[in-house]
Amino acid sequence: MELIINGKKTELDCNTVFEVREHIGNRQDIIILNGFQIEENCKVKEKDCLAIIRKGVLPKRDELESMMMARHTPNVYKKLKKGKVAIAGLGGLGSNIAVMLARIGVGQLLLVDFDVVEPSNLNRQNYYISHLGMPKTEALKKQITEINPFIQVAVRKIKVTEENVKELFSGYDVICEAFDKPEMKSMLVNTALEELPDIKVVSASGMAGYDSGNLIRTVKVMKNLYICGDLENGAEVGRGLMAPRVQICAGHQANMILRLLLKIEEV
Amino acid sequence: MRVNGKEVILSKNQKLVDFLAINQYDIRKIAIECNGEILPKSTYQEVILNNEDRLEIVRFVGGG
Repeated sequence: MELIINGKKTELDCNTVFEVREHIGNRQDIIILNGFQIEENCKVKEKDCLAIIRKGVLPKRDELESMMMARHTPNVYKKLKKGKVAIAGLGGLGSNIAVMLARIGVGQLLLVDFDVVEPSNLNRQNYYISHLGMPKTEALKKQITEINPFIQVAVRKIKVTEENVKELFSGYDVICEAFDKPEMKSMLVNTALEELPDIKVVSASGMAGYDSGNLIRTVKVMKNLYICGDLENGAEVGRGLMAPRVQICAGHQANMILRLLLKIEEV
Repeated sequence: MRVNGKEVILSKNQKLVDFLAINQYDIRKIAIECNGEILPKSTYQEVILNNEDRLEIVRFVGGG
């Protein structure tokens, strides 16, 4: 029967996953069947997707990509590979969102930020000591290449203004607003919704402090605008920004972007 | 009219900018959808609200 094994169509005369593993590798190898890692033997059927992965071994490049995506729900990978997402602001939200989108295999990412990595970023942003002083665009691109070398990453080290929104972001499926300052959030959201009527915007508002994580949610507030956050808790003197709530909010944004790339518009 | 899903009764037509000021919205930190369409910031000064309007007003707070 025809099976997809490590990304390749393969004709095999096997009835069970263990027989397939016996044929391809050895008994210690991990088996992932249609997105789920299995321990017990079961039957295979026509067109099943299997990854047979040897631990601790770097596979050939053509097998690596399919193995990396083996835990995805089946059939989402190709849709995500076609996805084009622009991330505006590479701080606590943007750096974490970029890494998540890279992990799930979004095919084209645009990373926009004018700033460099500095010590007060490290409490919540996805950078290391070794990145201090480096432009955030470069530091993040470097990491993404290590996480998923199969996606295209474009960077722009530039400050986003009303004048350059259209030029920067046209052609993308989704703009992820990940700025820090409320005036910048408002400027980008307003300009993008006015000038790029076909683009969805996933924005964030309210993730400071250490209130309950359950207050952070995703809301579809307008035709093309989604907001993630508790919608209230701004960063201010006496209320800081810390990794847990910032990453919860980043997770909401990344998940909404994933849903939009799969053509699901409900939150 | 409806503002963020809640009913608001205007006693007479009101300028949008006056409504925003009375309700303490900072124009630099919001986005408004009026009757299903984004309202360009350049038009805020001219818009007059009436009881038929449906507004969605998003207020952005800092942090990211």
